[in-house]
Amino acid sequence: MSVRRLAKDQPAAFEFTPEGLEKAAWWIAKFPAGRQQSAVIPLLWLVQKQEGWVPEPALRVVASLLSMPVIRVLEIATFYTMFQLSPVGTVAHIQLCGTTPCMLRGANALKGVLAARVCAKDHTSADGRFSWEEVECMGACANAPMAAINDYYYEDLTPEALEALLEAFAAGQTPGPGSAIGRQGAAPEGGALTLTDPTLYDGSRARPLGALPNTPAPGPAQ
Amino acid sequence: MPRAKVNGVEIEFEGGMTVLQVAELAGEEIPRFCYHERLSIAGNCRMCLVEVRPGPPKPQASCALPAADGQEILTNSPMVQKARQGVMEFLLINHPLDCPICDQGGECDLQDQSIGYGRDETRYGENKRAVEEKQMGPLIKTVMTRCIQCTRCVRFITEVAGVPDIGLISRGEDVEITTYLGKAVASELSANVIDLCPVGALTSKPYAFNARPWELTKTQSVDVMDALGSAIRIDARGPAVLRILPRTNDAVNEEWISDKTRYACDGLARQRLDRPMVRQDGKLKPATWAEAFAAVAARIKAASPDRIGVIAGDLQDAESMKVALDLFRSLGVASLDCRQDGLTLGQGPRESWLFNSTIEGLEQADVILLVGANPRLEAPVLNARIRKLWLAGKTRIGVIGERADLTYGYDHLGAGPSSIAGLRDDGSDFAAALKAARRPAIIIGQGALTRPDSAAVLAAIAALGAAVGVVREGWNGWNVLHTAAARVAGLDLGFIPAAGGLNAAEMTARGALDVLVLLGADEIDLTGTDAFVVYLGTHGDAGAHRADVILPGAAYTEKNGLYANTEGRVQRGERAVFPKGEAKEDWSILRALSDHLGARLPYDTLEQLRSALFADHPTFGQIDYAPGSTPAALDLAGLGVAGAVAPTPFGSPVKVFHLTNPIARASVTMAECAAVASGLKLAAE
Repeated sequence: MSVRRLAKDQPAAFEFTPEGLEKAAWWIAKFPAGRQQSAVIPLLWLVQKQEGWVPEPALRVVASLLSMPVIRVLEIATFYTMFQLSPVGTVAHIQLCGTTPCMLRGANALKGVLAARVCAKDHTSADGRFSWEEVECMGACANAPMAAINDYYYEDLTPEALEALLEAFAAGQTPGPGSAIGRQGAAPEGGALTLTDPTLYDGSRARPLGALPNTPAPGPAQ
Repeated sequence: MPRAKVNGVEIEFEGGMTVLQVAELAGEEIPRFCYHERLSIAGNCRMCLVEVRPGPPKPQASCALPAADGQEILTNSPMVQKARQGVMEFLLINHPLDCPICDQGGECDLQDQSIGYGRDETRYGENKRAVEEKQMGPLIKTVMTRCIQCTRCVRFITEVAGVPDIGLISRGEDVEITTYLGKAVASELSANVIDLCPVGALTSKPYAFNARPWELTKTQSVDVMDALGSAIRIDARGPAVLRILPRTNDAVNEEWISDKTRYACDGLARQRLDRPMVRQDGKLKPATWAEAFAAVAARIKAASPDRIGVIAGDLQDAESMKVALDLFRSLGVASLDCRQDGLTLGQGPRESWLFNSTIEGLEQADVILLVGANPRLEAPVLNARIRKLWLAGKTRIGVIGERADLTYGYDHLGAGPSSIAGLRDDGSDFAAALKAARRPAIIIGQGALTRPDSAAVLAAIAALGAAVGVVREGWNGWNVLHTAAARVAGLDLGFIPAAGGLNAAEMTARGALDVLVLLGADEIDLTGTDAFVVYLGTHGDAGAHRADVILPGAAYTEKNGLYANTEGRVQRGERAVFPKGEAKEDWSILRALSDHLGARLPYDTLEQLRSALFADHPTFGQIDYAPGSTPAALDLAGLGVAGAVAPTPFGSPVKVFHLTNPIARASVTMAECAAVASGLKLAAE
């Protein structure tokens, strides 16, 4: 994780779109009066959804929307790594997991692919369309190695699969998220390995039930 | 009461205390960086680790752990020692070894505690962390590489000062204390973070590289920048006052002081009047004391007593006002006034011009009404206390006057005096709360009492006060907030016009007087007067520019003097350095002048003068006693003159916080602060 600072080049102003404002009002209304500043993280996220990153003027806009000191907004924006403080790729921002399970399953090769095809780590490509960074564990270790591209997880990646994804994004498509080798969720590759006995499912192992467990003993007759 | 054992010694404590407090109660000193009595508990430095039984078999942060009955607390067991040494080693990993060039050296908590818990050498071979420089304005110098992230400054500025300008950004190893994009801290109490900083990360910018603490002579004194009389320590080296620090006085300033109190001291070395001067051919020329006295005496002797006037300024000590009073009264002069701002009070009972609830007693008030007062500018330390009450949620605050940012929430009830009478029966929520209050307090600012119609305003406030029972059995919430350190002492002495005398405004009118004596009076318009002006004071300010004779006096750091604060609490100011050049202490100048006038005053030493003062005005003998601490009855009906009030809104007499008196106006630091505060200058410049 690199030092988190505001970008040098900042736009002059930031304004929520009308839809963004509506969503912001929805978030603010969720908190009791006087506690509006609890909505600061959702609002910053709305900013990021709108702009792709969180520019400095947006911090001031959020602070005034929530009547809170702007330094508090800055604290939060610099604390959470999910907030991008400098512009990211317009087409795709790739967050590649490099933590142990992914690393063991080949994340280093994926880094090589990104460095070769996109740009250097923590940078944006020359055309401004792609950017990538290495992140810590995103909790999809069963499908390692993985990367989060824009809003979705792309799992079970190989260098070839990643290159295909990059090409698809570059061509303006949005490839479907999930496993690149077609498995369902985190289920075992090539189908189930346990609980495969068909008798488990055909009812042949069913037994008549005696007393229901945890039911109270019958009381004296009324 | 619950009992705990501290290092084997059993001790009783109050429920709710932390382990650290209990250990302190037992006389054990617990090292700490982030914990501070007057701030919220953060528990992030981990230096206060102790061993607690029963409890987990690991050291516990005592500042954040509630003490329990039957607990056994060990503060110096081998486990505790080892744990603290570990914490210290971690703190020092990224702390630069720059003590020889650090201003905190010699008064640094980290330095002191590393003597006890530090290793003799580092085991850390990697690169140290370096932090970018920060800007926090003209007072706070930052060397953020030294910061140990205790967050005391963040908590102080957010909780006590109420101006949340400082924050801790980023995370992990990269955290940094900063203001938003290098903005100057916009609090009148900002420099207290310098005292709070346990290391050399935040140090004093004006004092940078000036001195080491062991070179300084420390004198305990009181402040005169506002009427609170905050307890201060004057640090001087040779003839120069290098810095002013707060002392703890729970009754007045707790342990904070305003930026003006702390940093106006460089004004003590500038613009000083250091020799007598006499105006010849339209120009002030240096003279000897004898020549100056002769010039003054000739004029005073030639004038008839009703053509002589004396105005005392805002920073005068009680002794010099007493001498002036004795001298000029003995000459038959009736025109003496200590109220250059035209304050309406001064007649009647003493309680009418005091802060009767006392500053500490204000904490018992459940409803506070501010009339024509902006305590943030007029008495920032008092404002912090009102904010503390507001934060506690037990006190409701209303304001009649300007709608200023006071750092706490309040009901704005109107801008001008017409709202006072209106409040009594407007059926508003606040009016009901004020009426139902058990201990209501009204704080009356100088903005309400220095207007042309202030007699009527005073009567209106008094009527409101009587209606809501501001003065009742065991409680007196009639609180006048003065802005001048000398005002209460002047009123207590009766330094007001006698029968037939002129007040300050009348004295400065054209043709009113032949001789006008100014005792450090600079905040009055002197353009109209055509009198012979004698200025006894310290700085080349407004009074000195108009003066025909200048008698150089001593500033508050250069004389022993008594000051009565807005509560009427008499406090002793002590001399830290000697007066500049040929200047003398004010009382002795007037005493010498009495010889030249043939009206020799009967005291030759300060002790004799004080005996006379105490005999004539016994209240001055009660050093450090606030008269309001035993609530006295006060007949509010006798205050002011009922009449029509003007619709003009109230304004604070303090327009520019940093430039309210001659010392502050001579100070370069204060000028810079005023420029930053008014937006003329950016902090980063």
